[in-house]
Amino acid sequence: MKTLDKLILSITTIALVACGGSEQKSSPSELKGTIKIDGSSTVYPVTEAVAEEFRSIQPGINVTVGVSGTGGGFKKFMRGEIDINDASRPIKAKEADACAEIGIGYQELSVAYDGLAVLVNPENDWVDYLTVEELKKIWLPKAQGQVMYWDQVREGWPHEELHLFGPGVASGTYDYFAEAICGKKVGTRGDYTASEDDHVLVQGIATDKNALGFFGLAYYEENKDKLKLIGVDNGNGVVMPSLETVGNGSYAPLSRPIFIYVSSLAVEKEEVKEFVSFYLESASSLVSEVGYIPLPNAEYAKEIDTFNAFINK
Amino acid sequence: MNRKNKEKIIEFILKGSAAITILTTVGIIWVLLSESFTFFKEVSLIDFLTDDQWTPLFANKHFGILPLISGTLLTTVIAVSVALPVGLTIAVYLSEYAPKKFRKIVKPMLEVLAAVPTVVYGFFALMVVTPFLQKLIPELAGFNALSAGIVMGIMIIPFVSSLSEDALQAVPKSLRNASYGLGSTRFQTAFKVMVPAASSGIIVSVILAFSRAIGETMIVAIAAGQQPRLTANPLVPIETITAYIVQVSLGDVPHGSLEYRTIFAAGMTLFVFTFILNNISFWVRKKFREQYD
Repeated sequence: MKTLDKLILSITTIALVACGGSEQKSSPSELKGTIKIDGSSTVYPVTEAVAEEFRSIQPGINVTVGVSGTGGGFKKFMRGEIDINDASRPIKAKEADACAEIGIGYQELSVAYDGLAVLVNPENDWVDYLTVEELKKIWLPKAQGQVMYWDQVREGWPHEELHLFGPGVASGTYDYFAEAICGKKVGTRGDYTASEDDHVLVQGIATDKNALGFFGLAYYEENKDKLKLIGVDNGNGVVMPSLETVGNGSYAPLSRPIFIYVSSLAVEKEEVKEFVSFYLESASSLVSEVGYIPLPNAEYAKEIDTFNAFINK
Repeated sequence: MNRKNKEKIIEFILKGSAAITILTTVGIIWVLLSESFTFFKEVSLIDFLTDDQWTPLFANKHFGILPLISGTLLTTVIAVSVALPVGLTIAVYLSEYAPKKFRKIVKPMLEVLAAVPTVVYGFFALMVVTPFLQKLIPELAGFNALSAGIVMGIMIIPFVSSLSEDALQAVPKSLRNASYGLGSTRFQTAFKVMVPAASSGIIVSVILAFSRAIGETMIVAIAAGQQPRLTANPLVPIETITAYIVQVSLGDVPHGSLEYRTIFAAGMTLFVFTFILNNISFWVRKKFREQYD
């Protein structure tokens, strides 16, 4: 036991010394502080990539990025607990009201495009594509407890149980999918594996032959070898989601812009201003690195102008 | 300060500590009851107990607790059917066969099983046990009751083995000696004399393990899935009461809404189950205790 204690002590010491070392590198002209970010797990990879780059040029600033889902993030945002919320859908009227009530202003900035990927298990050899109508048939609230087998979706498919996976209701991805497929304020069925954590969905679909699920395209890019991507036919032929089809909007209706929301309280802090400017300037190169689709450069320039106007307000 | 006052202060502190635990229990029951009461004003108890769908967060709302109960009981029954034979065998071995020294080392080691954080068990089920079982049963889904149940069973083995072993040890030595004196073998002594004599303690250990398994959260939340489904099939994703409570607590359901109250109604159901089980175990202990001295 004694030796174990010593070992732990020495490891901690080494770690502390190592941390101290990196702090000494920072020159006095650099900023210090903490930037708290939370929200959508779909936007997370982009923000985290930006934060990582940002840390290397501003090591004195501590940037934390959480994944509570768009809705969960907005809850913290409207209490003033975080500086920036990652959002995979625009703010809802209810959330905007709550912000106004407390006196927190905000600015929406679009940072990239994302496509929603529809996925099955690689061992699934019957699904070649799905039409929007078929997706609707599967996901409408009235399908709950009714559409339970693959052969109910399209004739000729096997009589195997249909296991559905998707983000939970706190997720902006869920809201987007529900609206795009089932219609405004309709919602979806509830008897599926719902998780705000995309890794759970990847794991679930990758290990279940009868699975069908959806989530952000970037998570598919990370897990290509474990999942099978399905093209969607919206009446104009089958379109596979890709950088090109999402960027030019032909992968409809499952492509969308993703946002960050900056709080008016936060832009009073120098480090937040610096971070957001850095975000918009470096987004076009970083976004594609993590599997998302960048906006055209002119759009980023516009967002920078919008942000500067917001700071000066 | 005189001695009498000192005594009074000490007594006050002791009473206070006892009161804290009782007040906590009363508080929990109060919150569960009051929130469930408002829940049942909007949802009828009959729907709650008979509807076979549970989708309170979605558009097509159903409030039938049965799918969650079936998920909970399914994983629990699997867990107990792993833990009971293994745990009891270990208990008999340690009490009747193993040398004293060996027992002194092995028993604490077994109890370590209960000390492993359940989140670790959860990932063990998901990343190790499920892929292994999929080699044997190809149609097994990635999230399923079977592997969560088996791993939960491993977790509760110490409950069964330790408590049963204590019960076996508590049987007076004279019984064992008498059995040997009559010419019984070790096996006969163990299973014909000692186990029946210790049966009340063994039953209690199983019931406690059962109620521990019903309340277990992390393992099932990670490995069993999050899809309420009324089924006895251990190969597909299900959801337990506890996993549902976790799911809702992590999401952004507004406080005070009907959706929010569902977790109290689910919690109340869970509480009723464990309460009944604990009372049964209490009753068994009293009723079936074999008195020898």
